[in-house]
Amino acid sequence: MGETELSIILLSARVAFTAILCALVPAFAVAWLLARKQFPGKGVVQALVTLPLVLPPVVTGYGLLILFGSKGPLGQLFENLFGISFAFRWTGAALAAGVMAFPLLVRPIRLSLEAMDQGFGEAARTLGASRLTVFFTVTLPLALPGVIAGAVLGFAKALGEFGATITFVSNIPGETQTLSLAIYALLQSPSGDAAALRLIAIAVALALAAIVASEYLARRLTAGGRA
Amino acid sequence: MSTLHVDIRGRAGSFEIETAFQAGAGVTALFGPSGAGKSTLLKMIAGTARPQSGRIVAGGRTLFNSATGTNLPPEKRGIGFVFQDARLFPHLSVRRNLTYARWAGRRPASRAFDEVVALLGLEDRLDAAPATLSGGERQRVAIGRALLADPALLLMDEPLSSLDKARRNEILPYLEAIRTEAGIPILYVSHETSEVARLADTVVLIENGRVSDSGPAAAILARLGLAAGGDPDEAGVILEGRITDVDPAYHTAVIALDDDRIELTGNGFAPGMTVRLRVRAGDVAIANAPHDGLSIRNQLPAIVEEIRRDGAFATVALGFGGQQLLARITAKSADALGLQPGSRVHALLKAVSVEMARIESPRGGLTSASSPR
Repeated sequence: MGETELSIILLSARVAFTAILCALVPAFAVAWLLARKQFPGKGVVQALVTLPLVLPPVVTGYGLLILFGSKGPLGQLFENLFGISFAFRWTGAALAAGVMAFPLLVRPIRLSLEAMDQGFGEAARTLGASRLTVFFTVTLPLALPGVIAGAVLGFAKALGEFGATITFVSNIPGETQTLSLAIYALLQSPSGDAAALRLIAIAVALALAAIVASEYLARRLTAGGRA
Repeated sequence: MSTLHVDIRGRAGSFEIETAFQAGAGVTALFGPSGAGKSTLLKMIAGTARPQSGRIVAGGRTLFNSATGTNLPPEKRGIGFVFQDARLFPHLSVRRNLTYARWAGRRPASRAFDEVVALLGLEDRLDAAPATLSGGERQRVAIGRALLADPALLLMDEPLSSLDKARRNEILPYLEAIRTEAGIPILYVSHETSEVARLADTVVLIENGRVSDSGPAAAILARLGLAAGGDPDEAGVILEGRITDVDPAYHTAVIALDDDRIELTGNGFAPGMTVRLRVRAGDVAIANAPHDGLSIRNQLPAIVEEIRRDGAFATVALGFGGQQLLARITAKSADALGLQPGSRVHALLKAVSVEMARIESPRGGLTSASSPR
């Protein structure tokens, strides 16, 4: 494996990890709201969360460009508040990957929260646990299989994200050129087939590893005994 | 003395709950048909459901008072709750479940862990996962978990109703042991006459969200046996007596009920012990005169006090030596025997079907002869 290939993989991993780490907490919060609470506008929230899944990725990418570009309202807000800029940076690639992976994170977490017997929380309260303690000692551990399933699925999606990323932050080697973008670039050049094939093999291996890892984790977590 | 005062109004589904009662040490059964509002009442005391108005005070602490706006959250009410479906945390071991109130609820460890574990016979299952436990074991862990929460009040919502008869009989001795050990008021919700008869000191009868009757268990259950609406086959009475003699060869014991004596089966009894008997109406027959040549050896002279007819059957209240028995016979037999209030008859008791449990002291705990300790 050449140096460029390694740097492409490392960049892709950084983008995907950052995306999932940043998206996980908001995804859990949204999943919890959708699973447990009734509020006006719930349908709108649900639709917004699902939108990246059904919208053409190019449209999502364009929307990100409008909102988070260097002239976009949210882009300027982040620039001024945290000094983070997204335009043509790897952070932008991570943002695009996170947004595209968000529905995949929310769904399994929401399902695991909905399937959970709320009686456990009630029992914990009668044993002296506050709402916050119940969350960390009962709700979160019981939702963990859903969290892991969502994280693995989202990570795989983030790793392979293409349309929104190329629209939002372009295809800049060493900055925004993740695995999929690099394969695309290589296939555009007449002599790039061999190099593209190597990257494709790596992509397949990574995907398989993710599936095996998620299966293993899910089994270990449930072996503890879910009735 | 730790006492519970409840006086609340609220809604449970389609009907109103309007209930006032008190409970002291020992077991107070909230007894009544399914859907009478018993479980909702328990939730309101636990703080997981909210009454519309009223007051709940436990051991001098106000848990709820609509007049002052007091409404303590469940975790601050100092209660222990045993749910019908156990609700053990599936991701935690038995040990972590039992100690949950200590490490997550920060309740004081005033009751020794090892003692509770021994009391419930859970020594060998501490590292097991809840999913690997039997239904009976699961319910025992749930009881231990509630006890280890250092409760000032123990609430039990039909803890045996999800178990089959064999499992119930496995748990009942543990419940009887706890009743003696805990020394706190226990509110026990049930619609099973046999459980209430075996465990309760006091019965609060709940119908349609209201208290329709309350008092000592024996009196309430005897009244209930005659009342229309109750399950006549489960009707029966509770008798208290003293063991005067035992026959180890036949595993029998002679019990003195005031002036009369009956002989029942049972192991582990000794002369001098006070026992509580539950005699179902269906296990009592009536004869005009004493009979020889019957397998039924217990024949008590009695006087007919009341006859309540329902269709093909009749429930007969029989008085003897200050206590009462109920007999469930056919209406045809009642007429054939010419039974009238005041008739002198003999009540025949089948020894095998009478449940007998030992009472440590007249007002103290009830411990079965087959106590697990």
